[in-house]
Amino acid sequence: MEIGIKLNGRMLSDNIDADLLLIDWLRDKGCFSVKRGCETSNCGLCTVLMDGKPVLSCSMLAARASGHEIMTLEGLQEEASEFVGFLADQGTDQCGFCNPGFVMNTIALLRENPDPTDDEILSYLAGNLCRCSGYNGQLRGIRAFLDSRKK
Amino acid sequence: MLTIKEYVRASSLEEAYELNQKRNNRIVGGMLWMKMQSGSIGTAIDLCDLGLDTIEETDEEFSIGAMVTLRQLELCESLNEYSCGAVKAAVKDIIGVQFRNLATVGGSIYGRFGFSDVLTVFLAMDTYVELYKGGIVSLEDFSKMKYDSDILVRIIVRKTRAKIIYNAMRIQRTDYPVITAALSKLGDEYRAVIGARPGRAVIIRDENGLLDGGVSSESADAFARFVASKAQTQSNMRGSAEYRTHLVKGLTERNVMEIGG
Amino acid sequence: MQHKEYKSINKSVRKKDSIQLLLGKPVYTEDMMPKDAVIVKLLRSPHANAIVKSIDTSKAKLVPGIVDVYTWEDVPKTRFSNAGQTAPEPSPHDRLIIDRHVRFVGDPVAIIAAEDEKAAKRAMKLIKVEYEVLEPVLDFRKAKDNPILVHPEDDWSVPSDWGAFVDRNIIASEDNTDGDLEGVMSDCDMVLEHTFHTKQYSQTPMETFRTYTELDRYGRLHVVSSTQIVFHVRRILSVALGIPKNRIRVEKPRIGGGFGAKQTAVSEVFPAFVTMKTGRPAYICFSREESQIAGSPRHEMDVTVRLGADNDGTIRALDVYTLSNTGAYGEHGPTTVGLSGHKSIPLYTGSLEAHRFAFDVVYTNTMAAGAYRGYGATQGIFAVESMVNMLAERLGMDPTLLREKNMLKEGMVMPAYFGETANACALDRCMSRCKDIFDWESKYPVRDMGNGKVRTAGVAMAMQGSCISNLDVGSATVKLNEDGTYNLIIGAADMGTGCDTILAQIVAECMDCSVDDVTVFGADTDASPYDSGSYASSTTYVTGGACVRACERLKKRICEIAADIKGCASEDIEFEGRGVRILDTGDFIPLTDIGIKSQLNNGIAPEDTVMHTSPVSPPPYMVGMVEIELDKLTGLVEVLNYSAVVDCGIAINPALARIQTEGGIVQGIGHTLMENVTFNEKGKLLESSLMQYRIPTRLDAGKLNVEFENSYEPTGPFGAKSIGEIVINTPAPAIAHAIYRATGTWFRELPITPEAVAMSIKQQ
Repeated sequence: MEIGIKLNGRMLSDNIDADLLLIDWLRDKGCFSVKRGCETSNCGLCTVLMDGKPVLSCSMLAARASGHEIMTLEGLQEEASEFVGFLADQGTDQCGFCNPGFVMNTIALLRENPDPTDDEILSYLAGNLCRCSGYNGQLRGIRAFLDSRKK
Repeated sequence: MLTIKEYVRASSLEEAYELNQKRNNRIVGGMLWMKMQSGSIGTAIDLCDLGLDTIEETDEEFSIGAMVTLRQLELCESLNEYSCGAVKAAVKDIIGVQFRNLATVGGSIYGRFGFSDVLTVFLAMDTYVELYKGGIVSLEDFSKMKYDSDILVRIIVRKTRAKIIYNAMRIQRTDYPVITAALSKLGDEYRAVIGARPGRAVIIRDENGLLDGGVSSESADAFARFVASKAQTQSNMRGSAEYRTHLVKGLTERNVMEIGG
Repeated sequence: MQHKEYKSINKSVRKKDSIQLLLGKPVYTEDMMPKDAVIVKLLRSPHANAIVKSIDTSKAKLVPGIVDVYTWEDVPKTRFSNAGQTAPEPSPHDRLIIDRHVRFVGDPVAIIAAEDEKAAKRAMKLIKVEYEVLEPVLDFRKAKDNPILVHPEDDWSVPSDWGAFVDRNIIASEDNTDGDLEGVMSDCDMVLEHTFHTKQYSQTPMETFRTYTELDRYGRLHVVSSTQIVFHVRRILSVALGIPKNRIRVEKPRIGGGFGAKQTAVSEVFPAFVTMKTGRPAYICFSREESQIAGSPRHEMDVTVRLGADNDGTIRALDVYTLSNTGAYGEHGPTTVGLSGHKSIPLYTGSLEAHRFAFDVVYTNTMAAGAYRGYGATQGIFAVESMVNMLAERLGMDPTLLREKNMLKEGMVMPAYFGETANACALDRCMSRCKDIFDWESKYPVRDMGNGKVRTAGVAMAMQGSCISNLDVGSATVKLNEDGTYNLIIGAADMGTGCDTILAQIVAECMDCSVDDVTVFGADTDASPYDSGSYASSTTYVTGGACVRACERLKKRICEIAADIKGCASEDIEFEGRGVRILDTGDFIPLTDIGIKSQLNNGIAPEDTVMHTSPVSPPPYMVGMVEIELDKLTGLVEVLNYSAVVDCGIAINPALARIQTEGGIVQGIGHTLMENVTFNEKGKLLESSLMQYRIPTRLDAGKLNVEFENSYEPTGPFGAKSIGEIVINTPAPAIAHAIYRATGTWFRELPITPEAVAMSIKQQ
C-alpha cells in the first residue's frame, strides 16, 4: 500500500506491506538510531516522535504513521547535542543501546516541561529501560543540564 | 507473529462496522496488545480519521472518544478534577509515556482485559459505553458481555457527585498489577471495584449497608471483608489467589478509611 | 596509601564513544549488517528432553524466499563448548550445532535460512518434527545420581577435568578443608546452618544476542558479533565448524551490554554455519524471548552455609557447600561455582580458624547457564553475608561491629583465597565510611511510619577478583604516529564499561600526553594482539598492565630512534612526553620529528606489543547499606537509599567506576525484589519476555550514594584493581537483612516477592 510520511523534515512516499511496523520502515530508511530491545512494548528503545509526541515505533504500523510527521534522533541531532554532553560527563551512556530512545524521550519531556522536578523526570522516563547505568547518573546528567540553563 | 493483509482507515463508522463483520478483520486500537498475538488479520480497520480522539465535557458528562489515548486521560485536568485524580492514578504506571501515547481508551475498554487499570477506574465511575449498533450500555453490563463485532465509539462518564480512590499493587513500578482496587462513593452509593483478580474487574456494592452508619475502622474492616468474600480471585505468575484476596481486603480497607464518610 | 597527582589517572574523562552513542550513530552489529544477508532463524524444541525421531523440512523448503533448512543431519559431528574461556577449557565439549537429542525447552532443532524474516517464520511452521519425548530432570536437587542422564552420549569430553562424573550428571566437584573444621565447630558456642537459593537470572542486556557473518575478500569467514570474547569465538567456531583459525576473522563493533552474557558464544555458530554452507552473508538476531529462554543466565545455586561462632561474636569456622545447576550444557559450570566459596569465605579471614568449601555442579534439562557479572560470588555472598547478619541479630550485636571484629584486613594472608595476601585492602575504611554517609545509627533501627509501613536498614560486604590468576592474558599494542599521537590496539572488548577509554587514560599517563592523543581500536582477531577477552573483571587490571608495560617499551624504542637521529646512545636520551631530551646537550627533539624519522630509512618499529598476565587476582572490596520502606499490608519493599563504598584500588576513571557501581547495585536490587525465574511442569520458562521478566525501572532503583575508599594495589596499573563485578554482590544480603528487620522473617530464596513478605507477616 502507498504511504506518505514526513520523516525528519523530508516528505517520503513508499509502497509497503500493511503489517510493516514503523520501526522496520525507519531502519530501512537508514534511521539506525531506532533500536529494538523487546517484542512486548516494554523497553522504550524504539521511541520516536510522531507529531511531536513520543511513541513506540515497534508498536505502530507504518501505515498508521502515514500522513504524520515522524522525527528520529537522526533529525534532532542539534536539539540532542544541547544536553547529551552532560550525560557523557557522568559516564552514564555506558553501552549506549538504550541511549537513542532515552534521548528522544528526554527531548519530549523537556519540550513538554522545560523545568521538571526530579520526580517528574523519573516518572516521564520510566518507560525507558537501561540495564547498565542504574539510572541515577542519567538523572544527574539531566539535572546538570537544567542547572546550566539557569545560569 | 501477526500478519495483516490490508489496512484501511475507515471514512465512516458505517464503513468500519461493515468491514468488522468479517471474521478475520479487526479494529485497531493502540495495537499494543494485538501486536503480541500471532495469527493473521485480513483487514486492520483504523478509526483514526473519525474524530474520536477528543474528550468533550458538558455540565452532565464527559464524552471520551474511543481513540483518546491513556496519556490524554492522564493529562485531562477536568476529568482528573472530577475523579479526584483517580484516572491519572490508574494510568500513570502503565509502562511509560510512549506506551500511553499509543494505548487507546477504546482498546482498553473494548478488550476488557483482566489486568486493566482502565476498566477498573471507569467501573468506579458512573460510566457508559456507546456502541455503534448496540447504543448506550452501562460499562458494568458491557464488562460482562461477550466479544462481538460491534464498534465501541465513545465512553461516557456521567458527572454524578463522586469521591474516588484508586489503588493498585505492582511488584515492579510499571508492571501489570497484581490487583487493582478502586473505591468510589457515587452519590450515596459505595462501590468497590476489584480487577486483576486476575479476571476482569467487578463492582461490589455495599449491599448489606455496612457503611451506612458511617466510616469507622470497624465498618471499614467489615466492608473490606465483605468485598474480599465477594471478589473471586485466582492464581497466576504474579500472585496466588490467597495473596490477592489478602490484598483485596487490605487495600479496600485502606481505600474506605481514606475516602471517609 | 600512596597518592600521586596524575594527569590522566583518577580523572573522570568522557568515554571516547560517548557522543556517538548518545546521538544514535549506527555502531552496533545490526546497523552494519549487509543488506543482502540471509536471515537465520531457529526452530526450537518444545520439550525439555527428547530425541528427534524424524524431521521433515520438505514443505518448509518450498516456501518462497527460503534459502535452505538444516537439521541435525547436516551439521558437523564434533562436540564443542560455547564457553568463552581459555583452552583447555574446564567446560565440557557437550554440544553440537544441532543435536538429535534436545535437552531443554528451546534447544535448536532446525536452522532456517531465508531471504527475509517473514519467509523464515512461515517456513518454521511447516517443519514437521516427530519427537520421542523423554522424562526430563528439571529439579537440580534431584540431578546428581539420577537414572536419567542429561548427557548419555559416548563422545562427551572435557578438555580440563575438574571432577566430572558425567554418568552421574556431575560436571565438576570438589571438597577442600583448611584447618580442623569439625574440631573448631564443636568448640564454638553456636553453629548456625542454612541453605540459600538463587535462580537463573538473566543479564538482560538491552541488545540481544546478534551476529552477522560473511565471506571476506579472501573467502575467509568474517564474523561481526556482539561479543566480549573475539578470540574465544574464533576458537569455538574453528572447533565447531572444523576450519583453521586463520580462515576465521572475528570482530566486535560496539556492544549493547554484556554483563557476561556475551562471554558465551550463544549466537555465533548459526549464521557462521549458514555462511559456510551458502557462501552468503547471514544474520541472526535473537528475539528477546530467545535471549530469555536460550541465553546464558546465572547459575542457579543452593549454597549451604554452616557458621561456627562464639557468644562474643567471633566467627571461627565457615563451611560452605554449593550445589550448582549448569543446565543442559556445561558452559562456565565448573568455574562459576568456585567463586561462591572463594569470594565469600575470605571476607572473614580476620577471625576464621578453619573452613571448608565443597561443591557439585550438575546437569539438568533447563537452559544452559553461563557467565553473569559476579560469577558465583554473588550467590555465595548472599548466603554467607545473610548468615553473618543472622548471627548478628541472634547475638543482638550491631552487624557492622560484628563485621569489624572479624573482617579481613590489609596485609593478611587469605587461606580461603589461594593463600594470596591482601596487599591492598580498605574494607575496614569502606565500612566506617559507609556508616557515615549512610547514617547507619539512625537508619538501622526499625521505624514505624504510621501507615502500615516501616523503615529500616541492612548491610553486607563483598569481594571479587581482578582476573583469573595465572591464566588470563591481556595484550596491548601501542604505536606512535608521525604527528606524535598514538594508536592503542587491544583484544579486550569494551561492552559499554568504558575500557577503551580507561586503557587510553593509562597510555596517556604513561606517555605523558592527553587522552585525546590516544586512539583505541579493538577488538578484531586479525588486528588485535591476543587477549582472553573482557571478563573476570580483568580488563583494567590485566590489559591495563599490558598497556603500562607496552608504553615503557615504546618509550625505549622512541629513544632508540632519536639516538639514530642524533648518532648517540639511546641510554643518553630521556623520554619527556612531547619529545625526548639528550641528556648531555640538553637538546630537545619533538615527538613529531621522531615520528617522521620512524618512517624514513628506519629499522626500529615505533610500536610495541606486550602480553601481560598475573600470578595474583587482587580482590576489590565493598560495603553496601540499604534503607527500605516495607508495606506490611502488601509486602512491597521499596528501596529508598543505597549507600556503597568501594575499594577498587585507585579508580582510573571515577565517573565510570561510579556508574559501574550504580548499575551493579540496581541489577542486584532487581534480582532480590522483582526478577523471577519459574518453569512450568514441562520445563518451559515462564518469564520469557520483558513483560514477565521485570528488570528495575528508574522508579524502582532508589537513591544511590556511591563513594570510593582508595587503596593502592602494587601489582595493578597505577594501583588499580577491578570494579565491574563486585558491585552486584551486596544488594541481596543487605535487602534480605532489612526485610528481616522489618518483618522478623529471614528469606533465603530470591527473589523475595511482596507476596512472600506479606504472607509471612500474615502468618505471624
